Amino acid sequence: MTTDAAVAPKVGSKKKAKPVIPQVMRQGPVTPWLYLAPALIIMSFFIVYPMLNTLMLSFENKDGTASAATTCVEGKACWGVLENYHYALTAELDTSSFGSTWNTFWQSSYGNNIKWILLMVTGTVVLGLLVALLADRVKYEPLSKAIIFMPMAISFVGAGIIWRFVYDYGTQQVQVGLLNSIITFFGGQPISFLTTPGLNTIALIVVGIWIWTGFCMTILSAALKSVPGEILEAARVDGATEWVVFWQIMVPMIMPTIVVVITVMIINVLKIFDIVYVMTGGNYGTNVIANRMYSEMYINFNTGRGTAIAIVLILVLIPFIYLNIKRFQEQEAMR
Amino acid sequence: MNRERLANMLGKVPTHAVLILLMLIWILPTIGLLVTSFRPIQDIARSGWWTIFSPPQGQEVYVQNCAECHGGNGKAIATADLTNATLIDKYPRSTQLRAMLRKDINGKPHMGDKAVPDAQTAADVAAFLKQLSGIAASSRFTISNYLDALVGYRGTATYQADCAAGTQSNDLYCDARDFLNPRGMGRAFINTLIVTLPATVLPILVAAFAAYAFSWFDFRGRHLLFALLVGLQVVPLQMTLVPISRIYAQLGLNGTFLGVWLFHTGFGLPYAIYLMRNFLGALPRDLFESVYLDGADHWTAFYRLALPLAMPAIASLAIFQFLWVWNDLLVALVFLGGSNPVMTYQIGNMVTSHGAGWQLLTAAAFISMLLPMLVFFSMQRFFVRGMLAGSVKG
Repeated sequence: MTTDAAVAPKVGSKKKAKPVIPQVMRQGPVTPWLYLAPALIIMSFFIVYPMLNTLMLSFENKDGTASAATTCVEGKACWGVLENYHYALTAELDTSSFGSTWNTFWQSSYGNNIKWILLMVTGTVVLGLLVALLADRVKYEPLSKAIIFMPMAISFVGAGIIWRFVYDYGTQQVQVGLLNSIITFFGGQPISFLTTPGLNTIALIVVGIWIWTGFCMTILSAALKSVPGEILEAARVDGATEWVVFWQIMVPMIMPTIVVVITVMIINVLKIFDIVYVMTGGNYGTNVIANRMYSEMYINFNTGRGTAIAIVLILVLIPFIYLNIKRFQEQEAMR
Repeated sequence: MNRERLANMLGKVPTHAVLILLMLIWILPTIGLLVTSFRPIQDIARSGWWTIFSPPQGQEVYVQNCAECHGGNGKAIATADLTNATLIDKYPRSTQLRAMLRKDINGKPHMGDKAVPDAQTAADVAAFLKQLSGIAASSRFTISNYLDALVGYRGTATYQADCAAGTQSNDLYCDARDFLNPRGMGRAFINTLIVTLPATVLPILVAAFAAYAFSWFDFRGRHLLFALLVGLQVVPLQMTLVPISRIYAQLGLNGTFLGVWLFHTGFGLPYAIYLMRNFLGALPRDLFESVYLDGADHWTAFYRLALPLAMPAIASLAIFQFLWVWNDLLVALVFLGGSNPVMTYQIGNMVTSHGAGWQLLTAAAFISMLLPMLVFFSMQRFFVRGMLAGSVKG
């Protein structure tokens, strides 16, 4: 733990004059562990042990009885004990040529997850920042924020139903879905949003943006409000336009918060499951990593492949775990 | 001065326009769901929810074709009173209606110099006449969707209609017992409550002890352990599903509430401890020092001082954990499944395997949203505060 060591001296040197914990509160070596024990036991059982077990299972066959190498098909490429990873990484791809690999990648769960990250993180942060900025200038700020924030209280399943109805594609003359009725009102052809490949992933991402913009808005709004008014006032007196004030003063000052929001959103998006499960079930080329893992595990009953996909997911997340710890330690050092 | 104010107001027009547009986009889908959940089945399939404010279908064509002689209320001609149910009952569909309209009345064409309406128009008129004469219920709103959803009715009519006709499926009794039907939202609501309450209280209780230890105890590895905990917040749920369901299978915990409570406790802990420790650790140090000088020990400091002071943090946490567990699908799907279905599971089931109609889905979704919305709007302050305290939740 090099990061810990790097921060520890700072903490120590700062607190030397007055220790964080008063001298009179010193206790025996056992008492802290009595307070900690329930939490540590439960977390070891439900988080730490399963992670290790998942890692082991990912090298084994479908029910964890033999090595994954035994599942290799003769005459086809085999990665031995890593065969489940072979499956997890390449099964969705058509590797016959570079072009087909590229095309199938963007239809695969990985390609879709990348689309989710790019579009949903941009969408939520930009819209969240926009609402935070605009709401600050109007009298109905609480109402507008409550409306944007409301989807956070709704389950993904509920949101899925709400948006399935918006996207509804009527087979008859009448379109009862809001979007298609708008399209036909202006003379367009109704679109089957959820079954058209390419478009459907975007349609699902819109639902994600609808849910999570409130989260970004709240955090960014708090950051914007903490920017000292005098600085903005001084800039405006000097003749800076709102545009300049925003880009050259506000954005740089809330940049740390924007970075935090972006990392939190990336973590959330990587784990996205419910929206896809309820709206398309991962069909029509909308699969994402978490959904694929679920179907391998509980529909195909292949623990080896399911856990291998889970490990791929955590590998992608490790940089963010590291960032999270680092950010925490920076906060602690500033305390 | 006035010109300045005017310019100021005009300058704000784009702000209002963009903001109000966004608010509309955000609220419309939910309003659509809510309105639809109160509409009768036939209406949902026939017209969009936004048409509830326009006059009923058929009225317009009735006014064009018939009102001139029969009057807007249908009573203008005493010998052909259109509010008379026995008369209207003779022309239930467009064919009978059009056949009658083609005949002469008193030696003159029925419609005068107007053309006999086409089949679609006639059907709309016939439908309107049924409402006018009281044969068909004219109500545009109904709570039957909610009844259907609560009892898990899956027929083609409504629960009430089937029960009145005695044609309900054999797992329905047509009395209060139906609210506990395992396919219904009533039972699922109770199950969700049973899952959520302990799964909210347990992690907070356990976390309070640990958070106190991290804030006011001095022990080796304190910082390292806490840094690890911060990392654990990011671990995705999916990592642990397989091993835990295997252990649960051996212990017979699959499909039990206990299993879900424990799982949610385990996964709620890292964030709960993190939030509580940030709060407890920020309490004034002198406060703790002085109770110690007065002879208190750690237990009294924890129980009488830290816990009461931490109430705002506990409130934030409770809302978070409540919403998280209430809205969770994955854990319920894997560890409870159909043996004790919760609401998210039940709705997911309606969507994926039964292809239930909108009347059922919209009502079911709204039933599941009711309590979270109440909690959210009454305690928004705590929710936002908890979120600002640093939120990464897996």
